[in-house]
Amino acid sequence: MSQPLRPDLQIIADWIRPGSRVLDLGCGEGELLDYLRREKQVQGYGIEVDDDRLAAAIRRGLPVLQQDLDQGLRQFADNSVDTVVLSLTLQAVYYPRELLLEMLRVGREGIVTFPNMGHWRARWQLGVTGRMPMTDVLPHSWYDTPNIHLCTIDDFDALCHDNQIAVLERRVLDDRRRNTAANRVWPNLLGEVALYRCALRQPEEKK
Amino acid sequence: MVEKIPADSVGIVSYHDLEVREALTLACGQSLPGYNLRYECYGELNAARSNAVLLCHALSGDHHAAGYHSAEDRKPGWWDNMIGPGKPIDTRRFFVVCSNFLGSCKGSTGPASINPATGEPWGLDFPMVTVADWVRTQAVLSDHLGIAQWAAIVGGSLGGMQVLQWAIDFPERLRHAVVIAAAPKLSAQNIGFNEVCRQAIMSDPDFHGGRYYQAGTKPKHGLALARMIGHITYLSDDAMGKKFGRETRGGKQLSYGFDIDFEVESYLRYQGQRFVEHFDANSYLFITKALDYFDPAAAHGGDLAATFAQVQARFLVASFSSDWRFAPERSREIVQALFRAGAAVSYAEIEAQHGHDSFLLPIPQYHRIMRAHFERIAEEQGL
Repeated sequence: MSQPLRPDLQIIADWIRPGSRVLDLGCGEGELLDYLRREKQVQGYGIEVDDDRLAAAIRRGLPVLQQDLDQGLRQFADNSVDTVVLSLTLQAVYYPRELLLEMLRVGREGIVTFPNMGHWRARWQLGVTGRMPMTDVLPHSWYDTPNIHLCTIDDFDALCHDNQIAVLERRVLDDRRRNTAANRVWPNLLGEVALYRCALRQPEEKK
Repeated sequence: MVEKIPADSVGIVSYHDLEVREALTLACGQSLPGYNLRYECYGELNAARSNAVLLCHALSGDHHAAGYHSAEDRKPGWWDNMIGPGKPIDTRRFFVVCSNFLGSCKGSTGPASINPATGEPWGLDFPMVTVADWVRTQAVLSDHLGIAQWAAIVGGSLGGMQVLQWAIDFPERLRHAVVIAAAPKLSAQNIGFNEVCRQAIMSDPDFHGGRYYQAGTKPKHGLALARMIGHITYLSDDAMGKKFGRETRGGKQLSYGFDIDFEVESYLRYQGQRFVEHFDANSYLFITKALDYFDPAAAHGGDLAATFAQVQARFLVASFSSDWRFAPERSREIVQALFRAGAAVSYAEIEAQHGHDSFLLPIPQYHRIMRAHFERIAEEQGL
């Protein structure tokens, strides 16, 4: 048996329909795509810029394209896949809003996950100790972090609202990667990782 | 002469000839009454015949991809750094075949061969051969070798174009397609360079309308010029700058004349002269034309994705950052069309400073990707 997926990747996998076409942005070594291919007969493609991770994904026999997400997705046609996934990468791109809108153009649905800066531990570190937060999901010092666009769950909700993005589903995992009832009540305080399934609002739905 | 044949070399190899007696009707409408295909093989074909890899060579390449023909050889085959025991295309697992294409001067039938109708060399009467024709003759060779399906077909530059044509024309006969530093068709600039090369050859007084064999001459000057032009397009500005800069030959003062002043001039002349010793000018003409004519999407109204609609092979496409002959952008066109066609495709864009020639060099990331890919293929095939 293969190793179980990381809890956040498992939620993403559960959201993806069997046999669908998926584009995984920043796919890393392809853990998610490998699972989706095996368990859900998904036709998946990854995008990865890093040489080492690309080689590892190719070693797994996954279709993966070497590309920098900061160059955008303009070569991909509208609705060319069912779902575009951006897992724990939104905070590391130069233009998160543009990339999010591009995702929802290329895919009919997008799945975005990100570390929540509203988590109580991050608030404690910044608010009480007066230091930039460093956590399991954000392990870097402020001066050498790839994570240049950090946000909270409430910030992301506002971004969706302002850009006609419909949130179809949301899950929040706490610092033990659990999805508890308390998380659902205070997601922005207890959630360390936020997971969103979203789509562009159809014109008639616009508020 | 090699001091000692390295342990990771396929060693001393020899070529084979496949003499085909059936006539071959070519894409241009003309036909060849029969033809010879020269090829080499490395490694062992397994009982299931599932470990065969076909290599497609580029403009000035040939069937001699790896190993040495004799202990006196100065250099091994053109892709020796890629093929051998323990190398990325590992001959302990794979049976590797490389065949010389028609129109060449390296052993397969070409313009320097004898036209049976006249008893004289074909010269410019040799029929125009295309990439699709080459692929059909390679399919004939596959039948002869008893290989119904190649585990992979691999090629760089013009070789990569043959791989694309294989995947389009014989979709069920290859499991994997590896297309390196190629393009889906030539640009106007590419064709322009080829035309200048051809004019250099054809305007040489020793060309004699391509009948220089009979005249006992060789358009050496024209062919050397063609090679010099070609060579510039294979290197990057950066690589030439690093290698030569404005160094003068032997560190001498400028001559204020038309002798060689700069190292780069000396290098290009040397490359040109060396090329003339082992390449036939007519072959250069025919092969550059095959390059110019390559455009598989033309039959589909220019829609490359529609051209790939029937492909079954899984693709690995690779390009090199400093290649301006077939720039990464051209490889991305292939990748996007394959993606739109729903084909499985991986793409590696390799940082390299050596321009188009990078595909022949042992660049670590390039070799790592190739190794990972062929390990995966071996695993899938249970090799």
